[in-house]
Amino acid sequence: MEKLQKILRKPLTAIIISILFGFLVGAVILGVAGYNPVSAYAALFSGVFSKPKYIIQVIIKATPLILTGLSVAFAFKTGLFNIGVEGQFIMGSIGAVLAGYLLPMPAPLHFIVVILAAMIFAGLWGSICGYLKAKFGIHEVITSIMLNWIALYLNNYMITLPFLKKPNSESSYEIRKTAWSVFLGNWKYSQEAKPFFKEHPVLGDVILRTDLNYGIIIAIVAVAVIWFLLNRTNKGYELRAVGFNNHAAQFAGINVKKNMIISMAVAGALAGLAGGLQITGVMPHRISTLSIHEGFGFDGISVALIAGNSPWGCILSGLLFGALKFGATSIQSKVGAPSEVINIVIGVIVFFVAMSSVLPMIADTLAKKQKGSEKDA
Amino acid sequence: MLNTISLGIVITLMYSAPLIFAGIGGVLTERSGVINIGIEGMMAFGAFVGAAVGYYSQNPWIAFLAAGCAGGSLALIHAIACISFRANQTISGVALNFMGSGLAVFMSRMLFNGATMTIPVPKKLPKVLGGIEFTFIMAIIAAALLWFIMYKTKWGLRLIAVGEHPAAADTLGVNVYYVRYISVIISGILAGFGGASLTLSVVSNFTPTVVSGQGFIALAAVIFGKWTPHGCVASCLLFGFAQALVVMLGGEGSIIPSQILAMLPYVLTILMLVIFDGRSTAPKASGVPYLKGVR
Repeated sequence: MEKLQKILRKPLTAIIISILFGFLVGAVILGVAGYNPVSAYAALFSGVFSKPKYIIQVIIKATPLILTGLSVAFAFKTGLFNIGVEGQFIMGSIGAVLAGYLLPMPAPLHFIVVILAAMIFAGLWGSICGYLKAKFGIHEVITSIMLNWIALYLNNYMITLPFLKKPNSESSYEIRKTAWSVFLGNWKYSQEAKPFFKEHPVLGDVILRTDLNYGIIIAIVAVAVIWFLLNRTNKGYELRAVGFNNHAAQFAGINVKKNMIISMAVAGALAGLAGGLQITGVMPHRISTLSIHEGFGFDGISVALIAGNSPWGCILSGLLFGALKFGATSIQSKVGAPSEVINIVIGVIVFFVAMSSVLPMIADTLAKKQKGSEKDA
Repeated sequence: MLNTISLGIVITLMYSAPLIFAGIGGVLTERSGVINIGIEGMMAFGAFVGAAVGYYSQNPWIAFLAAGCAGGSLALIHAIACISFRANQTISGVALNFMGSGLAVFMSRMLFNGATMTIPVPKKLPKVLGGIEFTFIMAIIAAALLWFIMYKTKWGLRLIAVGEHPAAADTLGVNVYYVRYISVIISGILAGFGGASLTLSVVSNFTPTVVSGQGFIALAAVIFGKWTPHGCVASCLLFGFAQALVVMLGGEGSIIPSQILAMLPYVLTILMLVIFDGRSTAPKASGVPYLKGVR
């Protein structure tokens, strides 16, 4: 009995239960709509796990989500709601394309410059929200929603500029190959590689026919850095103090306004890193005209929430998200059920994560009952 | 000239109607102490249900009401989670955004042969007085009603008390949970109306991009309007006006690139916030679940 109470109080239990509920509700909806939920989920799982190639695809899909999730989680820890990841992501990709196409540079250096450009663009974009909040007290939710759209139209404007627009297309030029972060990017398309991939078809599948890139490693490093910054440095302590209670922080002599700006700049830079890695690592290595937001940022909010705003948790929930999004396509192709059912499943998972405070409540009730029955005995 | 002005007004009002519905709904729920990030999802679901019912029933009024019910039912889920189970309100709202748009597209695929867009409704909601959308008139009436209730009735005082200091309201015999439930559900109904104002009035069918962020704009209008119905309506009108400017200034032969012009409403909003004091403080208990007996 006490063991049960302990389990109920663990955050991980809540997340596992939420995921189960998500699939359960998804199954009910699929069933009502006339599809066999078992075969739909079987399609989902085989679409994720049945080939090494698929697992790689999931990791590629998850990489930007881990970083956008990390951005939201970091901002939450410092008391800010970064709903502007979407726009910061776009600014990151613009910065990456500008640096990646316009600056000729040798290979490893070019990639670093491109990523830095992405992070600086997006970091500055994010810090606008922080600055407006610190200086004028404007709620960061409004400014970041507005900046999301401004970034989107800026992206579309950039593509009309003659030095960037690829003729007869709705896109910019691709970045130079020297800036790619694709795994064995130069070698894999070369003549020498052909016989090798013929001999090793599995590796061919995994390396040649996916956009396998170094992004995931950088994402994990970023998670570690943010965890260290938040939990092991003075600055992190200040940032968290501001997030926890900014009046108390102010009283303790912490510069709340400065920390707000720093926090939004860091959150923006993380989102920009996601955008930059997407450009350097994933086809087609360019920006295109956007009619609506692609959702990397909004998905990032859910990734952070499922992870309970833990930096390390973002890796797991990013992978879960990537798997669900990638597997959704096979639900549609194999069973014919609308892939949007996955959005409902994700919604339900997030919803039950929101309700996770119920579990400790149940544990409390159980504890009370136990005490009561002990008294009776 | 006169024609241009009247066209400008008509477009302004057309763009602001959905925002006003959704925005005042947001004001209502946040004043009662429940944050609603899920407006976008409720609007999307309302937009779909409005368009689908409008197509099948051929009656835009029934469709409009159905859209309200759709938004309200999503809001009920939010209310149960946030009020009865003390869920994290932001997280629940984010979840509703996924569920609302997911359900809308899922059902569209089921009902319209796998298409993510619905077949246009045969009859849209009427226009009155030389082209003004009737949805705008309804939105303004709803806003005025909310203003009256909030500031001139007992119920409004209770609402504000519950959002500022629920424990104090509770001691005076106000049922905090009841007030919050009603507020959240009505806000969902209003968001549903907002969605239907898009698909039954601005355009005539549902597409997955029809709402595209308007719920978030409404959310911004709530904060911009400092959590008051009149402030919120003013921000929505400002936003609609900026959208109309984009339409009027754009088109063939415009000097300003259309992409830059499209930024106008968003840039203008930020500028207005900077020029006029944009400082805003949310209702004190907004976002905090209420538990009887805990101070």
